[in-house]
Amino acid sequence: MAPSGPPVGLPRLLRSGSRSDAPLRLSAHVERLGPPPLGGDVRRGPREALIRAVDAGGLRGRGGSGFPMARKLRAVADGARRPVVVANGTEGEPASTKDKLLLQSAPHLVLDGVMLAAEAVGARRAIVCVEQAARRAVLSMEAAVDERRATRLDPIEIELAAAPSGYVVGEESALVRWLNGGPPKPTFVPPRPFEKGVGGRPTLVQNVETLAHLALLARYGPDWFREIGTPGHAGSALVTVSGAVSRPGVYEIAPGTPIAEMITACGGAPDDARAILVGGYAGRWLDLDHHLQLGLSDDQLGQVGASLGAGVVVVLPRSGCGLAETTRIARYLAGESSGQCGPCVNGLEAIAAGLDQLHRGQSGAGTAATLRRWAGDVAGRGACHHPDGAARLVASALEVFSDDIDWHRRHGRCLVDAGGPRPATSHAGRSG
Amino acid sequence: MRQRRVRLRVNPITCEGHGLCAELLPEWVRLDDWGYPIVNADPVPPELVEHARRAVAACPTLALLLRLE
Ligand SMILES: Cc1cc2nc3c(=O)[nH]c(=O)nc-3n(C[C@H](O)[C@H](O)[C@H](O)COP(=O)(O)O)c2cc1C
Ligand code: SF4
Ligand code: SF4
Repeated sequence: MAPSGPPVGLPRLLRSGSRSDAPLRLSAHVERLGPPPLGGDVRRGPREALIRAVDAGGLRGRGGSGFPMARKLRAVADGARRPVVVANGTEGEPASTKDKLLLQSAPHLVLDGVMLAAEAVGARRAIVCVEQAARRAVLSMEAAVDERRATRLDPIEIELAAAPSGYVVGEESALVRWLNGGPPKPTFVPPRPFEKGVGGRPTLVQNVETLAHLALLARYGPDWFREIGTPGHAGSALVTVSGAVSRPGVYEIAPGTPIAEMITACGGAPDDARAILVGGYAGRWLDLDHHLQLGLSDDQLGQVGASLGAGVVVVLPRSGCGLAETTRIARYLAGESSGQCGPCVNGLEAIAAGLDQLHRGQSGAGTAATLRRWAGDVAGRGACHHPDGAARLVASALEVFSDDIDWHRRHGRCLVDAGGPRPATSHAGRSG
Repeated sequence: MRQRRVRLRVNPITCEGHGLCAELLPEWVRLDDWGYPIVNADPVPPELVEHARRAVAACPTLALLLRLE
């Protein structure tokens, strides 16, 4: 049966209805979307038409950095040796489940993208990395790879790699080091993976959602791709929403969707929300007294120094404590340091301890200022961007929850922990 | 001919925080609260380049690097 033409509207990557998280098998996938537009070979060098389409479509990385995919494809394809493609499905971010859902429910969409990327850069090796602990994602991918092997769909073999768990494992240099037989810890760059990665070859590391978008963009073209999203954030986006909503989970949205609308769609009450953490644990707190109508896209979030990052939205209710939540996350991030760099190891630990004092109302008059200075000092000082993310989180918390810091200090404890009411000041000045 | 600019960089994985570099090149390197060097990211001014080279040579773990650009 012929596919019924390009998907209109949302969802694109996910499916709606019951059993939408069950793996879509190869036959159903091809029936739905047609076969992937593969050239059938992996010639050396760039496949220009495809790279130009990606460029025109404005597809950017969905693993957190938002880097334009076309630029990376070109750099890797122009390298001195045959490149390797690595699909990053490790998803170490605790507040995110979108990659696991995608791998589980639409394995062939991801694998189409992997093969298209391999052709785009002329790679003869393609490796898909999935967190070993994500059992359903691993099983779905194993079955999908077997199906493709049996039907000889792809020009090259797809290798599956079951990665260890951990926040930093998915950082691209850590992933490459692990694939090369080392520990899953970042390396000092340069050389970056796109220059010298798996087996010393130029290596394209791409998030699995980015690759799934590629599978559709290659089928339906850049104009279709841009029908959803904003000029600077084209295509749909997977977002994992959690916190003060009654229907937490993964949503596929049009970038630009206002925060208030997103919260409502997930069964939350925008007026009862105090702030959101956007981007991930390495993201930013946004005060909803001012930003309720801000659009969830990198262009709009960028205006306030935030980004959609790995597509994470955590909703903090007015009844919750932002300092408690930030302390918990900062502790987690400190614990996930790979332990290699002095400023990361010592700085993140010190920052978490300082936050804990703020939260318990035991801080000194200068604690917040010291934390602000430490955040500035650790940013950019690790081999990888891990400390930068922690610094961003903490700096935004000090800003958004500044009233709370005073209030905790005055009371010498956290009244939310104690079940007490919030102060009236934090409700003031809301513009909706 | 324009002279090539140089910048100082630390490899934070190999740096052990001896602080020697901050002693030898206080104009360009300070230490954070944990004893690890914070290096000025601007191009090293010509009059400091020789000092910078000496600090690089003195780092016991070869963690201090001069990058030509
Ligand atoms: C601490 C840290 C953790 C990361 N974890 C992930 C991850 O779990 N999954 C992912 O796709 N990218 C992760 N990244 C980003 C990758 O380094 C890389 O930018 C990304 O995989 C590239 O794919 P994209 O351009 O398609 O987003 C992480 C980065 C950092 C600094
Ligand atoms: S910055 Fe932190 S997480 Fe990154 S390599 Fe250094 S110690 Fe590891
Ligand atoms: S001298 Fe070398 S090891 Fe010591 S602090 Fe400076 S860069 Fe680090």
